[in-house]
Amino acid sequence: MAFFQVPATKTAPKHNVDPALQPWVEKYRPKTIDDISSQDHTVAVLKKTLTSTNLPHMLFYGPPGTGKTSTILALSRQLFGPDNFKNRVLELNASDERGIAIVREKVKNFARQTPRAQAVASDGKEYPCPPYKIIILDEADSMTQDAQGALRRIMETYARITRFCLVCNYVTRIIEPLASRCSKFRFTPLDSASASARLTMISSAENIGADSSVIDALITTSGGDLRRAITYLQSASRLASSTNPPTLITANDIQEIAGVVPNSVVSSFANTLGIETETDMDTDDRDQTKGFEPIKKKVKDLTMEGYSASQILSQLHDLIVLHPTLTGRQKSQCALILAEADKALCDGADEELWILDVALRINKSLS
Amino acid sequence: MSLWVDQYRPRSLDDLHYHQGLSARLRSLAASGDFPHMLFYGPSGAGKKTRIACTLKELFGPGVEKIKIDQRIFLTPSKRKLEVNLVQSNFHIEITPSETGNYDRIVIQELLKEIAQTQQVDLNAKQRFKVVIINEADSLSRDAQAALRRTMEKYMSNMRIILCANSTSRLIAPIRSRCLLMRVAAPDSDAMGTVLDYVARRVGFDLPPDVAGQIVEDAAGNMRKALLVLEALKMQSPDLSGNLSIAKPDWETYCHKVADLIVQEQTPARVMEVRAKFYELLSHCIPPTVILKTVAERVVERVDEALKADIMHWAAFYEVRMRVGSKKIFHLEAWVVKVMSLYKQFFYGMDLTGFD
Repeated sequence: MAFFQVPATKTAPKHNVDPALQPWVEKYRPKTIDDISSQDHTVAVLKKTLTSTNLPHMLFYGPPGTGKTSTILALSRQLFGPDNFKNRVLELNASDERGIAIVREKVKNFARQTPRAQAVASDGKEYPCPPYKIIILDEADSMTQDAQGALRRIMETYARITRFCLVCNYVTRIIEPLASRCSKFRFTPLDSASASARLTMISSAENIGADSSVIDALITTSGGDLRRAITYLQSASRLASSTNPPTLITANDIQEIAGVVPNSVVSSFANTLGIETETDMDTDDRDQTKGFEPIKKKVKDLTMEGYSASQILSQLHDLIVLHPTLTGRQKSQCALILAEADKALCDGADEELWILDVALRINKSLS
Repeated sequence: MSLWVDQYRPRSLDDLHYHQGLSARLRSLAASGDFPHMLFYGPSGAGKKTRIACTLKELFGPGVEKIKIDQRIFLTPSKRKLEVNLVQSNFHIEITPSETGNYDRIVIQELLKEIAQTQQVDLNAKQRFKVVIINEADSLSRDAQAALRRTMEKYMSNMRIILCANSTSRLIAPIRSRCLLMRVAAPDSDAMGTVLDYVARRVGFDLPPDVAGQIVEDAAGNMRKALLVLEALKMQSPDLSGNLSIAKPDWETYCHKVADLIVQEQTPARVMEVRAKFYELLSHCIPPTVILKTVAERVVERVDEALKADIMHWAAFYEVRMRVGSKKIFHLEAWVVKVMSLYKQFFYGMDLTGFD
């Protein structure tokens, strides 16, 4: 099996983790900031700090899977080296308790101890090891307002020996006083060229022989989220290598793993709503597509199949927006309906009711 | 004596009757020694739990069937005590964090970290990791889901998480992207027929095909319901002959009565009557969403084609309001009034547009 042929010497196992069992997301996390895919601007700025050994407080924001956490981890590893990494960097994330009390205690305690003078690194390389510590607050947008408030003064008081790095998805959830204390870095979704380069690198390192159609499928299903793409790739290769005999990964596997609703299902659903699709425009009886009962039945079938409502909506949206013959007015009406439904689903509404509602209203606005 | 549903529940992946592709995939994953986090989703009664249990058995051997029920007490920061029931064996632990409502984050944080930080000590164990099963994952709060994120990556070597949910819509994207998604669709009628036949044979009687067909139609893809109905019918008339009628649950007939009331007459007095009935249903712990859906489905069966779409639209509209709001009865009533006004408007041409 392909997994166990991975040379164990390549990555030094920490905490005795068998490298074959490690998630690839962790295994192929960039080791230096030069490895970061895309994000040229951020990388250029951060590289300067490596030479000047001065760092501002930082706020990284951007959609998931664009390399925010990887960047700060790689940067601090390059700054401090493996030996000093442990006592110079404190990583707190949403899985740690982060009420006001914790921010005060933990951060204060950590920030209070002045860093010791630099020792020679064990692996012989030289690290800048500047005289400050880094506190990484991962997923900072899930911190409470109060906890963020408590940070304000702490950041300034200990500015001499600590640098804060806040990592979040939504910059608007960070209170203004905190955001203004940091220099902001925006992480953009990965363009397909660099995502594809990275995925090809991993697939050749893991020896799984994924061809270009698979890589393309990964990129389209993940929508710029590299972590998701890598996870899908790993899951797919697990499935492919564990079947007997081992098979190659196909683009279909990727879609299945990503939970994408098959195109035929979506287009037949759209057909019921009165949207003409290329595949079965001629075969379908036009009278059947009108009316309440067939739509209701179709929606029932969809829910029974267990497809997720939000996934159906997003694929239906793609189909409608890219549809060649619908008028602009019809498309915008559909978009309004879909937007409302998405909001309702986020609020936890009943899926069957809302899919049915969307179906009925789209049908009405198109007829 | 246990119910047939439990007694004849498949215990291993080989015993499963439908979704053979899924079973084969689970088997190969369990054998590969490289087991990912997983998310099982699908409608209720499709067999998610059964598949999880079978996968666990495939992973760890018969040891997982020796389970004990435990109660743990967690302390919130405000010193409130939370009691959580755990079902655990030596290899896995099963929790329903949504039991604790808003405090599910604390349960997730404390319990998962505790499990994640202890290594498997039994050297004979087939796998190095423990499995945590989280039921009703779609009702986890945002905070609890955020708490899961890094934990899932960090402690991958000691722990795997299996989430079980009805739908993936309410799970945040970072969680979904960390799991291998497993869709368990509801069985089709052929598959359900086979299972009913199998159970009947195991019990030791013949199931007439028309009765099976009736049960399958009534259960609408819910295997658990089908088996329960089968057992109830068998109790009712041991030879399963003659004119069998599948008894509808009381609340369903009651909901249908409410729907009939709405269609018959549209007056304020009738609204009061319907309201009393809604209260009755709510006080019997029927979920308001189920009430609204059942009544709405019945109402649309009995009104004109032109009204159907509107009635469903407002049902969906008030359903989401019901979730966001706190007092369910308001929204149920609002829907009833809306439907009545639509109905009148349609039949008598009354202009009630100012009524929104």
